[in-house]
Amino acid sequence: METLLNDFSPGLFVVSTILMLVLIALMVKFAWKPILESLNEREEGIQGALDAAEKAKIEMTNLQADNERLLQEARLERETMLKEARELKSNMIAEAESQAQEQANKMIVQAQEAIASEKKAAMAELKSHVAGLSLDIAEKVVRNELSNKDKQLQLVESMLAEATLN
Amino acid sequence: MEPVTYNLIGAGLIVIGAGIGLGQIGGKAMEGIARQPEAAGKIQTAMIIVAALLEGLAFGALFLGK
Amino acid sequence: MKIVKQSFKFLVLAVLMFLPTSIFANDTAQDGGQISGKKQVEEYIVHHLKDSHDFNLFSYTNDSGERKHFGVALPVIVWTSQGLVTFMSSEFHHNDDGHVIVEKEGLKLAKIHSKIYELEKGATSVSFDAGHHATNAAKLLDFSITKSVVGVLLIGLLMLFWFSRLAKQYKKKQIPTGFGRILEPLVLYVRDEIARPNIGEKQYRKFTGYLLTVFFFIWILNLAGLTPLGFNVTGQLAVTACLAIFTLVIYTVSGNKDYWMHILWMPGVPIFVKPILAVIELVGAFIIKPFSLLVRLFANISAGHIVLMSLIAIMFTLKESLGVAGATGLSFVLSFFLLLIELLVAFLQAYIFTMLSALFIGMAVAEHDHDHDHEISSDVEDVRGDFI
Repeated sequence: METLLNDFSPGLFVVSTILMLVLIALMVKFAWKPILESLNEREEGIQGALDAAEKAKIEMTNLQADNERLLQEARLERETMLKEARELKSNMIAEAESQAQEQANKMIVQAQEAIASEKKAAMAELKSHVAGLSLDIAEKVVRNELSNKDKQLQLVESMLAEATLN
Repeated sequence: MEPVTYNLIGAGLIVIGAGIGLGQIGGKAMEGIARQPEAAGKIQTAMIIVAALLEGLAFGALFLGK
Repeated sequence: MKIVKQSFKFLVLAVLMFLPTSIFANDTAQDGGQISGKKQVEEYIVHHLKDSHDFNLFSYTNDSGERKHFGVALPVIVWTSQGLVTFMSSEFHHNDDGHVIVEKEGLKLAKIHSKIYELEKGATSVSFDAGHHATNAAKLLDFSITKSVVGVLLIGLLMLFWFSRLAKQYKKKQIPTGFGRILEPLVLYVRDEIARPNIGEKQYRKFTGYLLTVFFFIWILNLAGLTPLGFNVTGQLAVTACLAIFTLVIYTVSGNKDYWMHILWMPGVPIFVKPILAVIELVGAFIIKPFSLLVRLFANISAGHIVLMSLIAIMFTLKESLGVAGATGLSFVLSFFLLLIELLVAFLQAYIFTMLSALFIGMAVAEHDHDHDHEISSDVEDVRGDFI
């Protein structure tokens, strides 16, 4: 302790204190402040750039997701549209078919009706015709009968043959 | 014995004590690092600080005795 | 390379600046003369550890037996009973045991073991008692530009030169060039590894300037102490005391309410313990902390110098038993390895001083959450938090 105190030089202490104070003040003013400020600035710049890159990346993924979503939607839409078209097509076909069927049925019915009426008319005509014919035959038979018995029979037979043909 | 001899004995005792202490610090730090190598940096810093405190104490005692 | 050259030029210029103050001193005087024995080695080492009033680079004895010194004499400024007295240290002719008396303004001044003494009125020579203490002379307050002051000035100018250049480089572009590339990581290291984790994110900016200055000041001076220039600035108690007191003042002034509360009236302990703890804490804050700071640096650097010089002195002390070549070789090998260790110590001591300063400041400005059973442990923990 004694040597320690003996070695201690108060003069050097005062001088070095003054020098250190000056040195600290000068270093802070001319060196540390500008250095630390520019280091901070640089770090903030780097941080900013990194943040921006991160943001851009997030935006990019968002965009990609958007695209994906849009694509998905478009695909779905196409699908539904196709489905609708297909349904429409089959509907139309079915409708047309049913309509045609109806039409055909109607036509068949009409035709049947027409045929029936024609048939009726034909029958009526035939009846009247047969009636006339039979009258004629009867007339001729009667006339032949009256002239020649054989001939009369022959006539009747041929007439009948003719009549059955019709 | 002369006072100088007492001083020397005292200095020797201080050095022995400080040596044991430093050995403990270093050994325990090594153990810690071996157990948790990922904390090596933290342990080293703490070790240096504690060693420095011990060293300051030992030097203080040495100079007080001188 | 360029920067190294420029720095060297700068150093040479700075040294030459002191030249006009005196011619190269080459006086014949007794400074112990050639070193050959154990006793002289011891004396030389003790002499080296002390501050000196001249910047002596080397001394030799020429063929005619004259002792020649090569170096620069520095001005002596002392506060005497007649006020400030200034003269060149060359007037002492390298005498260090009080035999050369310098008369200035009617005062008789003598230099004994690197201290300037004023002789009592009427005395013509210094007389010593048995313990080699001067009996008729008083020690003076010595403001001389001693070797340590020169060291502080030189390193201060060098730091200003380097770091203001680095600061200027940032104005032009973001990344420094040349020597700045070495300095920048060091600055970042101190800021990110010492200041920021110890003081805390909010407050560290205020103290970074001081911590950076102290770190580089101590480190460069420690390294300068290992060069043949033979500075021993950080091995001067006055200088380390000055640094430690700066730290003390900073953490005392910037201490917040919680800090003083924990010192003066420790919360969470029984009331009768509080005054005892207050005394302990006060002693710790105002005496133990700065004392440990100043003694650690001083003792480490002094011890390093003593061991290094002792190893170099093997050359002389073991000359007889090992032969000239053997002693020189042994000395070279041992002192080389010690020099490597000392390079580490130079950094480590600067680091520890700065680290502990930051830690103490951090303790003083830490914002406590009020649960009061954490004390130091929580501080230490949030210090470590950022260390990986």
